[in-house]
Amino acid sequence: MKVAYWPGCVSRGFTPELHGSVAKVAPMLDIELEELDRANCCGAGVIAEHSQELADTLNARTFALAQDVDGAAGMMNICSTCQGAQSECQERLDADTDYRSHVNGHLKPEGLSYEKAGDWWNKNFLWLLVEEIGLDAVRERVVRPLEGLRVAPFYGCYIVRPTKRLGFDEHPDRDTYIEQLLAALGATPVDYAGKHKCCGFPVITMAKHTSLRQAGSQIADALDADADCMVTPCPLCHLNLDLQQPDAAKYVERDLGMPVLHLPQLVGLALGLEPKELGMNKHVIGTKDVQRKIAELAAA
Amino acid sequence: MADYTLKLRRFDPESGKAAYWEDFGVDLPPERSVLDGILQARSRDDGSIAIRCSCQAAICGSCAVRINGKTALACNTKLGEAQDMARSRRGREEITVEPMGNFPVLKDLVVDMDAVHWKKVQRVVPWLLPEGDPPEREYIVPAEAMIDITQSMACIQCGACVGACLSLEADPEFIGPAALAKAYRFIGDPRDGQHEERLKDLAEDPHGLYDCTHCFACVEVCPKDVAPMNQIMRLRRMATSDYEIKDKNSGYGHEKAFVNLIEKYGTLHESQLLPRSYGQGSLIRSQVDPSSLKQLTASLPTVIGGLKSGKVSPVKALIHHKLPDQKQIRRIFHEIESEDERLELNLYIVGEEATEEEGAMAEGKGSET
Ligand code: SF4
Ligand code: SF4
Ligand code: FES
Repeated sequence: MKVAYWPGCVSRGFTPELHGSVAKVAPMLDIELEELDRANCCGAGVIAEHSQELADTLNARTFALAQDVDGAAGMMNICSTCQGAQSECQERLDADTDYRSHVNGHLKPEGLSYEKAGDWWNKNFLWLLVEEIGLDAVRERVVRPLEGLRVAPFYGCYIVRPTKRLGFDEHPDRDTYIEQLLAALGATPVDYAGKHKCCGFPVITMAKHTSLRQAGSQIADALDADADCMVTPCPLCHLNLDLQQPDAAKYVERDLGMPVLHLPQLVGLALGLEPKELGMNKHVIGTKDVQRKIAELAAA
Repeated sequence: MADYTLKLRRFDPESGKAAYWEDFGVDLPPERSVLDGILQARSRDDGSIAIRCSCQAAICGSCAVRINGKTALACNTKLGEAQDMARSRRGREEITVEPMGNFPVLKDLVVDMDAVHWKKVQRVVPWLLPEGDPPEREYIVPAEAMIDITQSMACIQCGACVGACLSLEADPEFIGPAALAKAYRFIGDPRDGQHEERLKDLAEDPHGLYDCTHCFACVEVCPKDVAPMNQIMRLRRMATSDYEIKDKNSGYGHEKAFVNLIEKYGTLHESQLLPRSYGQGSLIRSQVDPSSLKQLTASLPTVIGGLKSGKVSPVKALIHHKLPDQKQIRRIFHEIESEDERLELNLYIVGEEATEEEGAMAEGKGSET
């Protein structure tokens, strides 16, 4: 399946291991990526906070570029925040013809235009795996079932709320996809209070206390539920959960030391890739224990 | 066997016992509400079950609880739907009902609304503060000027958003979604004369405008589509763009920094976002202004941690390539920023237009009659 691929900013900035992992994992699942290298930042909700029209126009531009990709089934993103911010803009663009043509007016000089089409989609890698590739197809390609690995899913707010905008009417169990995928990869999903909560990243510069207490509490809950690691489809969550974890630990006054994987890394492990190829040595919180478990699996 | 099993969270402070779960069987059809179920259990099995309710029609806002973990009005949730949710979400038959989060519990399902919700609403001065002498007769405002605040006026003060708010969970002092939506009800009202003062007050409060983590929990649970988070975003937009309030929480700086970076590079240049945010959007100011310097150094261990782990390469931190089409992004920025009015599409107010099929159906109907 060919998709127009929007990697987002963070996966090419602070979390290069995510971008690299997707590049390796996608072909193994027969996903052909055509990267939208001219596309712009989704705005992460901040541009919309400044000007809704600007955010809608910038994302309409990305959609238009994606719609121009020959033979693409749709557009794929690898970030919960991109998914949420883009879905919000798409909702407004699709709701009103006049508004859409006004926004498209800004794109005209470039010869671009976003067309509303019922069957055009923009899906996060997670949604794509479950809904387009199919978990059976994923399961067939697993060469290293992650048996015994206890994984705590962390979705990221933008990919689970608001349910109405995010297509839950049609796909009511989008908030259980990570657990379903984990089962397909042979891992054990861990249930804990924090899985649909907030990592706190959006207020890290404005309300650090609130931000890191959120990150710290969700990690602590995963720890108390005996998880070996957490996994997230959102690189912004990853920043707060991994990069900021040493700091977050202070805000909840306890030791954490919880490895946090990007979803494509975990898929890659089950497909037989080595931790190093997936950039698992590039995290702030070491992933050695997870790596050791994986090595034991390979030996067994 | 009963039609449904309600698993209620019981708590009586006078008993000296800790909270516990208790099951009640109820016999009602699926379209009846969870509240009907609780009331049946109360009249048939245990008269001491405490729940607050009145209208039983999603109007009075008294009966917000957590059903299967999700905050909702008990009178507005059907037993059948709640059971489906319990099965699919939690893999069990019983419907769990517990008091809302973020509130102290008074008894069973009744929470202390005064201690949290009403206190926070009071905080935002929830009445009109007009300027000058009142007019002889009524205030005259054009109807369009009021349309925008009808969404926040739809609030029934049920506190569901407060119970679900994820920033409030981490910071109990956060002013919270309902009160901030209430604040917008007055800041968006043309008759109020204290817009700037109100905004300043909320922007400077460390638990105010910039303490909302954008988690959509309030949007998700509100039974009246008030979308408190959207009202908070409107307040921020006014604080930064209309009044340029340079708050000490760096809310202004963060927004300016982000927007300027995208204008300049097209994609996010993260290593500059932090210093620029603390310097009210400017990279230079962040180096010379003592308060921004302090905030920046406070975040240094994190950045150094990033460098050490090999995650952030020094080259990456310093050089950020512009998009090949950066000229286009700039053009779009200037086109939109130079418009006289900010264009906003509020779907709560304009609604979604009918799809072609629906439209055709409506037309078809019209020609028949
Ligand atoms: S969006 Fe903001 S106000 Fe609403 S629930 Fe989340 S943190 Fe609270
Ligand atoms: S905003 Fe919605 S959820 Fe919050 S108190 Fe008002 S009606 Fe209830
Ligand atoms: S009883 Fe009035 S809102 Fe539920």
